[in-house]
Amino acid sequence: MTPALSDKKAKDTSGRRDFLRKAWPVVGLVAAAEFLLFTINMLRPGKELSKSNPISTLKIIGNVEDFQVNSVTTDRVNKLFLVRQQDGGFLALSLICSHLGCSVAWDEPNTRFICPCHSSAFDKFGNVVNSPAARALDYFPVTIEAGKVKVDISRKMKRKKFDKSQVTYAL
Amino acid sequence: MTSNADTTKPSVNLNNLILHLHPRRIKAPTLRFTVTFGLGGMAALLVVIQVFTGLLLKFHYEPSPDNAYNSILNLQQGLLFGQLARNLHHWSAVLLLWTTFLHMLRVLFTGAYRKPRHMNWFFGIVLLMLVILSNFTGYLLPWDQLSYWAVTISTSLLDYIPFIGSSIRESLLGGKEVDAASLTNFFNLHTGVIPVLMVVLMGYHFWRIRKAGGVIVADKDKDEPMIDTYPHLVARELVVALVLIAILFLLGSLFDAPLRERANPAISPNPAKAPWYFMGLQELLIHFHPFFAVVIFPVILLLAGFWLPYIKLTDNNQGIWFLSENGKRAGIYAFLAGLVMTILFILVSDVLPDPEMLLPFIPSLITTGFIPFLVAAGGIFLFLKYLHGKFSLNRSEYIQCVIIILVVSYTVLSFTGILFRGEGMKLMWPWQL
Ligand code: HEM
Ligand code: HEM
Ligand code: FES
Repeated sequence: MTPALSDKKAKDTSGRRDFLRKAWPVVGLVAAAEFLLFTINMLRPGKELSKSNPISTLKIIGNVEDFQVNSVTTDRVNKLFLVRQQDGGFLALSLICSHLGCSVAWDEPNTRFICPCHSSAFDKFGNVVNSPAARALDYFPVTIEAGKVKVDISRKMKRKKFDKSQVTYAL
Repeated sequence: MTSNADTTKPSVNLNNLILHLHPRRIKAPTLRFTVTFGLGGMAALLVVIQVFTGLLLKFHYEPSPDNAYNSILNLQQGLLFGQLARNLHHWSAVLLLWTTFLHMLRVLFTGAYRKPRHMNWFFGIVLLMLVILSNFTGYLLPWDQLSYWAVTISTSLLDYIPFIGSSIRESLLGGKEVDAASLTNFFNLHTGVIPVLMVVLMGYHFWRIRKAGGVIVADKDKDEPMIDTYPHLVARELVVALVLIAILFLLGSLFDAPLRERANPAISPNPAKAPWYFMGLQELLIHFHPFFAVVIFPVILLLAGFWLPYIKLTDNNQGIWFLSENGKRAGIYAFLAGLVMTILFILVSDVLPDPEMLLPFIPSLITTGFIPFLVAAGGIFLFLKYLHGKFSLNRSEYIQCVIIILVVSYTVLSFTGILFRGEGMKLMWPWQL
């Protein structure tokens, strides 16, 4: 379709042709949007064929007496810190910074977790003591059975702040 | 070829190729190198080089977390010219980003975004995003500490977009974290989807230049004569292309593309930095709430970009660098102001105590979002008012000053992030890093 031709025709028969002329870009846009959505959909992870087995995500980190009171143990394999608080309670914190996902490290002399990326810092409970992070570190539920400390690494819990209920005590 | 071939005419085949991309005759003033600095042409050549070197790299690269890193090592150490091929792809990617960005500035500062060139402006923005995206998707492929953490940080930014952010991130990564699925996604986007889109859009871009009657010319040059494309333009293009290729080979043989240790998802290096072209954004994140850095600023910029060609202008100063003498002078002021204001902003924000610790009862969206935003926007606004009065700027010169301030600010932010941030992202001198 040459522009000159379509322009002339559009002028004398305004109604239908004009409508069609305007409809083309709309149809084109719709088609482009469909392709886009289709492509994005292909990028996504599929439905997991087998739901993850709870036994395999429940990790044994160690025996209760392995962890001193008021200590932080780094577990890089499961990407978590096992913190034993002053009162003997266990708290499992995620290694992943709540700001932009770098891995934080325990700084013993200053008793805080420090993120190398944008210098966020967190205390022993995972609470923010230095921005830019705006949320406390995520935590994992801890269970203690027969003297063993177990962490369910499939259940990473988001939270704004530390709360007593997130700590688990050995009986 | 016959002996009596006319040396002022290319062979028939070459002629067809050239005339496919060029008109037969062009306006003489557009030949001046300083009109375009040949930047668009350079970008086009670099894309071709990327496709060519990329296809070669694909013979050895294996897109899986287990093998990617080793395949690069093998490419570099066990293969004649393997390192060179990788270096060329790396440096050409860097140059492409620079030339595309400078090309966009050229278009802005000569006013070439106005109608009838607006479609090229719009699709130019899309092209720029594709160039950034190919750089970004390529960055992950070596699977070393640098690339793994840069991609982790950059994609985590998406989480701060309300409602849709985490689902966009999950689509891009093919999961919740950077892993094998992410590498597959990035590899296929990088070596398939993005190059195809780019080549199609470039075809449209070139056609649009012809449709607008060639590259922009100043009003005073409108009546200059037409001259033959061959040999005048073609010879110049060839010189630019050869010089560019020479520079690229020089870079590629002198400086190796970086490769750190193999990616380790449990330990981020300190400092962990985004790719260099996102460093301005990362620096911005140190000063601003992520919602502002990742949502507000980019959305404002994008909307402004698409609105730009529709702003009613009172002048016709296009095709002249910085539009007019007035525009030039005000531009220098804007440049200096952008420089000083950004540096001051960074220093003051570094010295001030953390607002979240100081005022914990006020949401951080206000203390580290709205307030610094108002300070920055207010500063720019007051300065522009001053400039407006001093030079009695017309609208397009005014817009130009805003653009200059933004570009200078982002440049200063980038340099700060790249050169002046060391361990723990603290400010320090480059030689202390
Ligand atoms: C505009 C186009 C392109 C840009 C901007 C680009 C950019 C990049 C960048 C920045 C890297 C990382 C290299 C490094 O860190 O040293 C990379 C790697 C790679 N690219 Fe591209 N690329 C482009 C096109 C292509 C194409 C068309 C292909 C293949 C069909 C390709 C294949 C690869 C491969 C296999 C790697 C991994 C090898 C390596 O990291 O050295 N690229 N690309
Ligand atoms: C891969 C990226 C790109 C390539 C290969 C490319 C190529 C070109 C070429 C060869 C020209 C002819 C004049 C010149 O060399 O300056 C041109 C003109 C133009 N480009 Fe691009 N370009 C790209 C990206 C962009 C971007 C990012 C923008 C803006 C956002 C843009 C907007 C324009 C406009 C408005 C013109 C017309 C200028 C005039 O007529 O004076 N392009 N482009
Ligand atoms: S990722 Fe930890 S501070 Fe930014």
